[in-house]
Amino acid sequence: MRYSGLKVITEGLFGNKGWTPAWRDPSPKADYDVVIIGGGGHGLSTAYYLAKNHGITNVAVLEKGYLGSGNIGRNTTIVRANYFLPGNSEFYSHSMKLWEGLEADLNYNVMHSQRGLINLFHSDGQRDAFVRRGNAMINQGDDAILLDRDGVREHLPYLDFDNTRFPINGGLLHPRGGSARHDAVAWGYARGADQRGVDLIQNCEVTGIDIQGGKVVGVQTTRGAIRAKKVGIVVAGRSSQVAAMAGMRLPIESHVLQAFVTEGLKPVINHVISFGMGHFYISQSDKGGLVFGGDLDFYASYAARGNLPMVEHVMEAGMTLMPMIGRAKVLRSWGGIMDMSPDGSPIIDKTHVDGLFIDCGWNYGGFKAVPASGWCMAHLMATGEPHEVAAKFRLDRFATGHLLDEEGTGSQHNLH
Amino acid sequence: MRLTCPLCGERDRREFYYYGAEDYLHRPSEGAPLAEWDSYLHLRDNPAGVTKDLWYHEAGCSQWLLVTRNTVTHEISSVEMVAGRKA
Ligand SMILES: Cc1cc2nc3c(=O)[nH]c(=O)nc-3n(C[C@H](O)[C@H](O)[C@H](O)COP(=O)(O)OP(=O)(O)OC[C@H]3O[C@@H](n4cnc5c(N)ncnc54)[C@H](O)[C@@H]3O)c2cc1C
Ligand SMILES: [Zn+2]
Repeated sequence: MRYSGLKVITEGLFGNKGWTPAWRDPSPKADYDVVIIGGGGHGLSTAYYLAKNHGITNVAVLEKGYLGSGNIGRNTTIVRANYFLPGNSEFYSHSMKLWEGLEADLNYNVMHSQRGLINLFHSDGQRDAFVRRGNAMINQGDDAILLDRDGVREHLPYLDFDNTRFPINGGLLHPRGGSARHDAVAWGYARGADQRGVDLIQNCEVTGIDIQGGKVVGVQTTRGAIRAKKVGIVVAGRSSQVAAMAGMRLPIESHVLQAFVTEGLKPVINHVISFGMGHFYISQSDKGGLVFGGDLDFYASYAARGNLPMVEHVMEAGMTLMPMIGRAKVLRSWGGIMDMSPDGSPIIDKTHVDGLFIDCGWNYGGFKAVPASGWCMAHLMATGEPHEVAAKFRLDRFATGHLLDEEGTGSQHNLH
Repeated sequence: MRLTCPLCGERDRREFYYYGAEDYLHRPSEGAPLAEWDSYLHLRDNPAGVTKDLWYHEAGCSQWLLVTRNTVTHEISSVEMVAGRKA
């Protein structure tokens, strides 16, 4: 079924009885050309582009829970292309271009909103770093505008500009940055993959990876054994467990990241604002809730909930930046399990097992990467060669010293 | 979350700095093969369950502590001083 404005109106007039499920609920077949482990954003987009770009449709996505139950449904939805290092810069730029055509491509409203992202700075040194970053973005063909204090005030009059510890001196505006509806991204890719013949299999946990003579031949699951010529591991926070099934020890440590949402309010925050010095960022969802978050809880964790010190810290930082939000009531908070890599950059690569591929290390920035990650992982799995915009996301770059440390914080997993 | 420091007693999590997995205690010898350095610096078991990791009692006695805890439940089962272990 094609979605359209007309369809919404006619369905509205006739009691909404004509809608059909957006994807099938098939049982697993015994055999696939490609099995993708993990039905999050990256697994679903990989399956979609395998079918769409490479004509590989005998594909199953195996998800242990329901589609979108992981980080894809838990993130704070910032979409940006403001990376700096060669390797990251071209990748996120490619992703941004895919975002800009995504709704038409998927025939699905993912509510992508390029409302502009503003990163605030508070010192001369920080301004210089932002000028450099802005130039890198412009060199990559993306957009960046340096705002002085008055420039920021025009966009964000409600900030506390005279904060004594972190007075706001200006900001870097990335006009094409913004947000999208996280669940809709998973659903849109799921529907698109399903329409092209991909089997989306839920409640199907992979418990083993079958390898014969150095080559992958299938997986063991809670719904039986499934043979496959190629297998992709795309499980975000659970990467270490699944890779261990193939005898691998990954450069990944899993950490919990929290987020918060308030009750719905009238439109008040039009941009995505990031206050790096306070480890705080905020935007307002289309439903009206203020969506905000901070940093990791900082210790390795698989609990999909956080601890109180970070809750307190995030609230304090928010109050410091924009005291006006103090009376909004927080509705919910939650956590997601982040696959933190030692340099803060991702991995899209082959493994030592023939036919086994891995896509992980998204840290807390993997939402914006969903389109390009799927695009590049599909390219790698279909052709055996890395895609040119993901060519630096090698698994062995840690051993060879070719780290992509965007923030320059050193090889400690929780510092990115 | 609270950690019971062997010297200072039970203290708030915020007094401690988390460094990473106990792998950091096994520094390769000088001239060790690169694979050992890669393993030491980057590769992690990253268990969903019981793990051992290093914490620094920054706002307390300045001891490095080896903490055994569960990454799923956040339960802490033991806290030892690294200094004592090495002796
Ligand atoms: C609070 C929070 C805020 C964030 N904010 C942003 C942001 O603003 N911008 C941004 O770009 N990124 C953000 N992120 C990061 C982003 O959400 C993740 O990097 C990204 O979603 C990870 O990829 P994924 O969608 O494929 O992961 P997931 O949705 O977690 O998908 C992995 C799937 O694998 C499944 N799985 C695991 N093990 C198995 C198994 N053995 N068998 C079968 N299935 C298995 C899981 O159930 C899960 O559904 C945020 C994350 C969090 C938690
Ligand atoms: Zn102490």
